Amino acid sequence: MKRVVEGSQAVAEAVRLARVGVISAYPITPQTHIVEFLSEYCANGSLNARFMRVESEHSALAALIGTVSTGVRAFTATSGQGLALMHELLHWTSGARLPMVMAEVNRALAPGWNIWVDQTDSLAQRDTGWIQLYCENGQEVLDTILQAYRLGELVNLPVMVVLDAFFLSHTYEPVDVPDQELVDSFLPSYVPKFQLDPKDPCAFGSLVTPNVYMEMRHSIALAMDDALGCFSYVEDEFEKIFGRRYGSVEAIHCEDAEIILVTTGTVTSTSRQVVNELRAKGEKVGLMKLKLFRPFPVHDVRMTLMPAKKVAVIDRNFSFGSGGIFAQEIRAALCNAPGHPPIYGYIAGIGGRDVTTDVIKEIYRKTKNSDIPEAESVWMGLQEV
Amino acid sequence: MIEIRFHGRGGQGTVIASILLSKALFQAGYQVQSFPVFGVERRGAPVEAYVRLDKEPILLRTNVYQPDHVVVQDHTLLQSVDVTRGLKAGGWVVINSPELPANMVPFTGFRLAYVDASRIALRNKLGTRTHPIVNTPMLGAVSRVFEMPPMDAIAAAIREEVPRETERNLKAAQDAYDEVRRVGLIEHNGAS
Repeated sequence: MKRVVEGSQAVAEAVRLARVGVISAYPITPQTHIVEFLSEYCANGSLNARFMRVESEHSALAALIGTVSTGVRAFTATSGQGLALMHELLHWTSGARLPMVMAEVNRALAPGWNIWVDQTDSLAQRDTGWIQLYCENGQEVLDTILQAYRLGELVNLPVMVVLDAFFLSHTYEPVDVPDQELVDSFLPSYVPKFQLDPKDPCAFGSLVTPNVYMEMRHSIALAMDDALGCFSYVEDEFEKIFGRRYGSVEAIHCEDAEIILVTTGTVTSTSRQVVNELRAKGEKVGLMKLKLFRPFPVHDVRMTLMPAKKVAVIDRNFSFGSGGIFAQEIRAALCNAPGHPPIYGYIAGIGGRDVTTDVIKEIYRKTKNSDIPEAESVWMGLQEV
Repeated sequence: MIEIRFHGRGGQGTVIASILLSKALFQAGYQVQSFPVFGVERRGAPVEAYVRLDKEPILLRTNVYQPDHVVVQDHTLLQSVDVTRGLKAGGWVVINSPELPANMVPFTGFRLAYVDASRIALRNKLGTRTHPIVNTPMLGAVSRVFEMPPMDAIAAAIREEVPRETERNLKAAQDAYDEVRRVGLIEHNGAS
């Protein structure tokens, strides 16, 4: 049934429906509402899970590494500095092949102290071996959390479900919250492929010498590659029951588009409106929404973008000394495809600044009026300082 | 699409009012979106919250800059906050106030309505004299002034979201619906 819920509540409802056994988290704005809802569900019995209050994000993830090692489905959520503090154990989680789901509410990194949206926190963790899925609205957040458990448990990798601070986490909108029986039919109980068991003692995390470490790492790489196909399979299964699918990328009006905008998160939603408006004026513009970031869907990205004359990537993040991170990844995906379109990189909405329809239209106009992309990212709306 | 901005003070249930209104509008068949001003709330400090409604799904994920209407939960805000900032010409300003504001100039070109929501709240034993609970009566006033959503949708949202003193909140909303004064368009120099 459709209800008006907050983005954070859509996360919490999905976690409840996924019947997780343990939640471990440390509160941080703008993630706080997620764990508040979940602690309420645990207290009122609507979710039969152990809620662990811990003293830091590092401990939150350490506790879940122990939890999932015993074969229990688990959840955590964090933002910004909290995710940064987890960094060491992010590597540990994927290296130990422990499936779990984290909701990551994008928050700018300090200093300056800032609680608003910026994707640099999650993108800085792109090499930690976590699957990453970016979401656009409350419905997609709920659906993606459910898909994330199924996907992570198939390939034994952890999954980060990423959502924008405030523009998504604190926004109320109608969301279809499915019945438990339907979710159970999509997401059965977790059956671990290995676990700590006193009846069958074994040791995890011991010294691994050079003669096997490389093979262990390669097996993670294979699992990550496998996650691409598995995501499509999970979406097939999800669509059969719920009638919705998202795709690793979504192509909107891209077939005959001369310029394709590339977006993630809530900027996608606003860009849909801009593309509709520009199309109505006869502009040949398309939009590619990137949902799956790790593993990077190279094939789908190429299929979507290759026919375009120009590609404009909007990054709400920045890698100092390099540029917008999504633009880098798009360039890397296209660079070996002969005759690929030039990639224009734009930085917008850093630290919670609004990405309005005017900003997106300006990005389109700049791209249209330029023959060659600038060598460096173009920062939108910078003020004189 | 219609955009509504709520003004209030931290602790007055301003964000809750915006959520209740969006739930009531959804029940009445609208697509909705509501969110608070993205910042840090402090008790007593000015706060804002927003509601978008449309017959079509809402794609915009940006702040509200040019609202169609505003709702002011506390008339003392008029001294410190420009409540008509960006308001579209002819838009409604619904104020919780015992009487017409002394200075009508800021409302020139807009439509004004006022209701003594604080007195209605106290009459219905909602809150205290210093902290009356005004958000549910303001929704009753909104329903009358905007002619949407209907009061039964407001009542359903209150029943769903307000577990304590539900009946008193419903009565306060209905009282405000009955008592709100629609002054209408304020012409030049603040004359109505």
